[in-house]
Amino acid sequence: MPIVIKNGRVIDPASQADRIADVLILDDKIAGVAPNLSAPGAEVFDAGGMIVAPGFIDIHVHLREPGFEHAETIESGSRAAAAGGFTSICCMPNTKPVNDSATVTSYIVERARRKAAVNVFPIGAITKGSEGEELAAIGAMKAAGAVAISDDGRPVMNSRVMRRAMEFARSYELPVIDHCEDLNLSAGGDMHEGLASVRWGLRGIPSASEDVMVARDLVLAELTGARCHIAHISTRNAVAMVEFTRRRGLAVTCEATPHHFSLSDDQMRPYDSNYKMKPPLRSGCDAVAVVEGIAAGTISAIATDHAPHAGSEKMQEFERCPFGIIGLETALSLALETLVYPGKITVNRLVELFTTGPEQVVRLGRGTLSPGAPADVTIFDTNVTWTYDVNQSFSRSRNSPYHNRTFRGGPIATIVNGQFAWRRE
Amino acid sequence: MPAGLLGIEELDRSEIEAILSRAKDFQPLQSQSLKKLDTLRGKLIVNLFYEASTRTRTSFEIAAKRMGADAVSITAAASSVSKGESLVDTLNTLAAMRPDAIVMRHSASGAPHFLSRYLPTPIINAGDGTHEHPTQALLDARTILDRRAALEGLRVAIIGDIAHSRVARSNIHLLGKFGAESVLCGPASLLPVELAKLAPGVRLTTDIRDAIRDADVIMMLRVQLERQHEAAFPASEYFQFYGLRLEHMDLARPDAIVMHPGPINRGRELSSEVADFQRSVILNQVENGIAVRMAVLERVIG
Repeated sequence: MPIVIKNGRVIDPASQADRIADVLILDDKIAGVAPNLSAPGAEVFDAGGMIVAPGFIDIHVHLREPGFEHAETIESGSRAAAAGGFTSICCMPNTKPVNDSATVTSYIVERARRKAAVNVFPIGAITKGSEGEELAAIGAMKAAGAVAISDDGRPVMNSRVMRRAMEFARSYELPVIDHCEDLNLSAGGDMHEGLASVRWGLRGIPSASEDVMVARDLVLAELTGARCHIAHISTRNAVAMVEFTRRRGLAVTCEATPHHFSLSDDQMRPYDSNYKMKPPLRSGCDAVAVVEGIAAGTISAIATDHAPHAGSEKMQEFERCPFGIIGLETALSLALETLVYPGKITVNRLVELFTTGPEQVVRLGRGTLSPGAPADVTIFDTNVTWTYDVNQSFSRSRNSPYHNRTFRGGPIATIVNGQFAWRRE
Repeated sequence: MPAGLLGIEELDRSEIEAILSRAKDFQPLQSQSLKKLDTLRGKLIVNLFYEASTRTRTSFEIAAKRMGADAVSITAAASSVSKGESLVDTLNTLAAMRPDAIVMRHSASGAPHFLSRYLPTPIINAGDGTHEHPTQALLDARTILDRRAALEGLRVAIIGDIAHSRVARSNIHLLGKFGAESVLCGPASLLPVELAKLAPGVRLTTDIRDAIRDADVIMMLRVQLERQHEAAFPASEYFQFYGLRLEHMDLARPDAIVMHPGPINRGRELSSEVADFQRSVILNQVENGIAVRMAVLERVIG
């Protein structure tokens, strides 16, 4: 059925549009953006007072399928994505088995085709089993649908292997997404190394563990000419180094997560594993640097690093708990509250960070409302007030530090390929 | 959250003074022939130790018995945890047996804090990882106050592996609340700079002579270089640079006392002569441990 989204403020950074207009969707494509559009038999959605944007893209999600379906599935994770305003998500390869072959990539693509509420694009591993030694079948994974490569969470420590991976990725026109962590410097750490870790007697993960690997990757990106994307940047130094490299014209990009720009280590509830992730929540000074990096354009995408873990895994001694929190459903609201309302960025810039920014990294041919583009639309409202109850989450996991938090602003409806994937009740 | 005792940091000065004052009441009892009160008669205390500890566990057991309570001690090897039952399940099982308090030692920092959010039973922290050991700081304060009128204005040198010491953290918090100066000393790899901001009146130095100069109290920490996750300091030369020797005592105040939470390693963190030195109060600390823990049990359960 055709859909007409009436009277919304349409923000489409790709076509530099920002005006009150209607959006017409025919079949699974955007048919037009203009005042007073209609179509016979169309479903009319009144978006008066709301913002109508291209569907949001999250390039950093863990869907846990195959292998860890007790924590998340492609179906549950994609439904959480839809409820967060995301229409396309890219899933990291640390499944069981690791997505290091065309077989696993194809399996994910096929499961997503049958079960997913939003578009799902697999990210392939850099090395076999993400063990950091032998390169995975990168070309074959791309042919099967992979849109990037990454050994997220188990970063390639051997710089020679990383160099070769970047060279291969360049031949296949794939970006290399790196989780930057020197595993020797971070070994045994459970949270950011700083006053809070010293106070609570928890072993620290120094900012340096991220900084040295960001530096390495930037140098290797220059050496190889690869498109290098730094995942979940969290330190002041790392932001400065990316800024320096981008100024020199290299094809380097980076993303930030909502938790890294909205929380810092001194705001953690002590020994609560819903505040435990990698990179860890950094100092307040680092969080400010991430916000500044977003405002300055150094950071070009917001990504959630949605990392579900079953309740029993997170209900343990802090040092035994796995790293990661879920984040798809709270990302937009956190970005509005931390970035837009305090005047750090405009709402137009926020839309870029969720659409054209990630699109430039993974090149899905989405993230725009241009006529003919896939009909992925995110409708959100800066005035709606809602409270996040993690027990009502579409995710199978409950590991969020934002439970019971009341937000101003959030998604209202999500349209994926011309169909409503979610609507706020 | 039930009122237990998780750390010194969250106590205020008057609460600490009340415990120390009550502990003083219990001191004479330790040398009487009849040592048992019936204040906590009919109460059940479970000592749950996930880490080997002879003296703290025994001290808590004796304190419970002298208060008239029943005490059960369980030494749970860390390996049994990895065999299946989670910490939460273990504690819920114990709580179902309706003890009046659980005294707990665990190798993970924050384990008792985490549990206290889910358990109805008050928890007394007998040492959690590298975080806090509140009853040790209380007995240290009691021992100092047996020899000094007040903590305020005292200079206390704390020497050793500060980074991994729960004894140091609890003492730093306690001393800070009473206006004493803590001079923390150790090799830089065991002395994170953030410690200076942990409490008021904290100063850091890597020079043991600087730390001891004009000190009223010298607290030596147990050094377990072999148990560290990495080589933060070469064990072979530790004593040479950070061991306390008799000649150091000339730098301190003439009436300075030497403390150690035990068990001591003669020739590792302090020389044998210092251990047996007349102003060493290491055994007084052990004795005060019982009186202080009686006061803590009374506060938590009574």
